Amino acid sequence: MHHAVLDRWSRGASLLHARDARMKVLLLLAFLVAVATTPGFAPAHWAIYGGAVLAGVALARLPLPAVLFRAAVVLPFSMAFAGFSLLAGDSSRACALVAKSYLSAAAVLVVAGSTPLPKLLRALERLRVPAFLVLVVQFLYRYLFVISEQAQHMRLAAESRGGWRFRLAAGAVAVLFARSYARAESVHRAMLARGFQGTVAVLAPQRAGWQDWALLAAGLAAVAVLRFGPELL
Amino acid sequence: MTPLIEVRDLRFRYEDGTLALDGVNFTLGAGETVALLGPNGSGKTTFVLHLNGLLAGEGTVSVCGMHIDKAHLPAVRRKVGLVFQDADEQLFMPTVLEDVCYGPLNLGLDPKEALAAAERTLRQVGVEHARDKAPYHLSAGEKRRVALAGVLAMQPEILVLDEPTTFLDPPGRRALVEVLRGLPQAKLIVTHDVWLARALARRAVFFEHGRIVADGVLEDVLARFAWDPATA
Repeated sequence: MHHAVLDRWSRGASLLHARDARMKVLLLLAFLVAVATTPGFAPAHWAIYGGAVLAGVALARLPLPAVLFRAAVVLPFSMAFAGFSLLAGDSSRACALVAKSYLSAAAVLVVAGSTPLPKLLRALERLRVPAFLVLVVQFLYRYLFVISEQAQHMRLAAESRGGWRFRLAAGAVAVLFARSYARAESVHRAMLARGFQGTVAVLAPQRAGWQDWALLAAGLAAVAVLRFGPELL
Repeated sequence: MTPLIEVRDLRFRYEDGTLALDGVNFTLGAGETVALLGPNGSGKTTFVLHLNGLLAGEGTVSVCGMHIDKAHLPAVRRKVGLVFQDADEQLFMPTVLEDVCYGPLNLGLDPKEALAAAERTLRQVGVEHARDKAPYHLSAGEKRRVALAGVLAMQPEILVLDEPTTFLDPPGRRALVEVLRGLPQAKLIVTHDVWLARALARRAVFFEHGRIVADGVLEDVLARFAWDPATA
């Protein structure tokens, strides 16, 4: 499963894995802004951004083909919009859409693949992302496995009794929803039982060391050079 | 001496109209371990949810002399540690350590103290090796013990365990019993597992149709309701 692979990657050990998650998130944000604001048809820029992503993959020791393949998950969406641009006669815009979305997805994968989700969530929290939003992502991530396991069990049960057809699948989704809802209530109960009063307190977060600040400074400088360098030359 | 738990004439009806508890009276003394037996749907789980203020029916429930009401809820939840039947529902934080710290942090401990409490209880239940793991990477037995640690870290005076041995293999059951035996708290154990009841409890109460129909020595209760699968 998609997030199971990411989960495995994120628990690796590399130079990038060891860095403070906040720095990685900030750096990613800067990179995404740079990519998004690069104007027009700019293959030179894109190539340089691509190089930066490759460097990230190498630094995090992630499997390159798998990253490239998984980043393609955004293509159906961006290609749909690119199609509209093409129809409107703006082919350079179409190319830019596809290139930028792919680069962005790959960059997100590098960060998500080098940071365990709990750390990523804590980083978002400390960067003042609303706590409620972080909590929703946290629960989604926690129970995705449980719910998908439940769905697998239901499918097996159906198959063992003669088949898994579309109509059956539709009914199963309804049952799965009802069960998940009941589970949510039980989870809430378990939270109350251990003193939940509306907010989830967290442990002392990671402290940023000089390597983390160095990564942020060097990374931001690099992004600035990538973004504005080619235009100055 | 004030009993740890005192329940008088407790009645509870679910929203769909089912009468789940129909006048329950129960007392738990210090250091006691009681097995809660009875058929499925007889009200055992509904009963234990009242002890922590998660459900509120008619009648009175007091814990360590405190009536369960809004003002006392935080204190009551500190006294009564509830370990749920489905450990997946109890382990909702991203990592084991964070999950075990969750309760202590809610009690207002600072992160350092919470961490110390969590590490101590993880050692106590023998799963310190799993501290940085995500809950879905644990075995059923480990999940159960982590859920127990999450409750023990709050240092409750009473432990309430709902079907603690479901989904556990025999070694997992034995390991859990060893851990439970070593805990000083008074315990209430909802279970169908006669072996577990015998290993931990001398006293048992038997639920039927939302009432306690027997309260006494475990072996007598087992015999009276032919509740031991080995002899029934």
